[in-house]
Amino acid sequence: MTEPRFALGDRVRARPVDPPHHSRLPRYARGHVGEVVEVQGMWPLADEKAQGELNPRVEAVYTVRFPASALWGQPAEHWVHVELWESYLEVAK
Amino acid sequence: MSEHHSGSETAVRVRRLEERLIGAGLTSDEQLDGILGQVLSGSPANGARVVARAWVDPAFRERLLDDANAALDELGLSMSTGPVPLRLTVVPNTATTHNVLVCTLCSCYPIGLLGPSPSWYKSEAYRARVVREPRAVLSEFGLTLPAHTEIVVHDTSAESRHLVLPMRPPGTSELTESELSALVTRNGLIGTASV
Repeated sequence: MTEPRFALGDRVRARPVDPPHHSRLPRYARGHVGEVVEVQGMWPLADEKAQGELNPRVEAVYTVRFPASALWGQPAEHWVHVELWESYLEVAK
Repeated sequence: MSEHHSGSETAVRVRRLEERLIGAGLTSDEQLDGILGQVLSGSPANGARVVARAWVDPAFRERLLDDANAALDELGLSMSTGPVPLRLTVVPNTATTHNVLVCTLCSCYPIGLLGPSPSWYKSEAYRARVVREPRAVLSEFGLTLPAHTEIVVHDTSAESRHLVLPMRPPGTSELTESELSALVTRNGLIGTASV
């Protein structure tokens, strides 16, 4: 993986997954749609590092902005920025 | 490192773990001491210096928001508290937006700029609540924001660390840079206070 798949302004969904290993995809974000507000560069995937992989996959990390009302329901009105590796995300339809 | 340790059960366990890691050739006492030294040399005074410089020097502020790691170099500061320097993002408070930091998954924190984190930052209550009801949490810290202020909670879930750039308080135009830095608190740099 060499080029970031997503760009600023893209709408992305955090995958609704429940992996059997360590992950840095916070549970509260899973399945929710947000917007890419920053592309942070390429970083080794935490999930593979945690499993002792010596050459972990390197992926783009994005700052994704979620409206709190989507995460927690009304009347929350703040924003939550979460930093997510590319494989945690899919295109939001 | 053994000279730092008391005879407590935790200290004994830490030392045993260190000895195993050193025995396996994964680290050394020197390397561990170096990392600890860097952790302990961090202090909110470093973050306060960054903020005061940004208040008095608009060009520095711009560079800081654009590439915080490079701007830190100018002040002789760095994010190198581990084997790899961490990426720093500075998030500015404005008249309409207030930023607050958390690590919901563990306790990620800009140690190089703020020193060891306060215990409440690592508490499950803070981590669980501030992403969900930041306005209520902030008011418990004594920070009541105007109703129209938008709140952005930054969950430090990957490889970046953050620092909040508070707004310069009114009535401080006569103060020097070092007097200004004395106004900046640790909580202000995390976002649980206004300055």
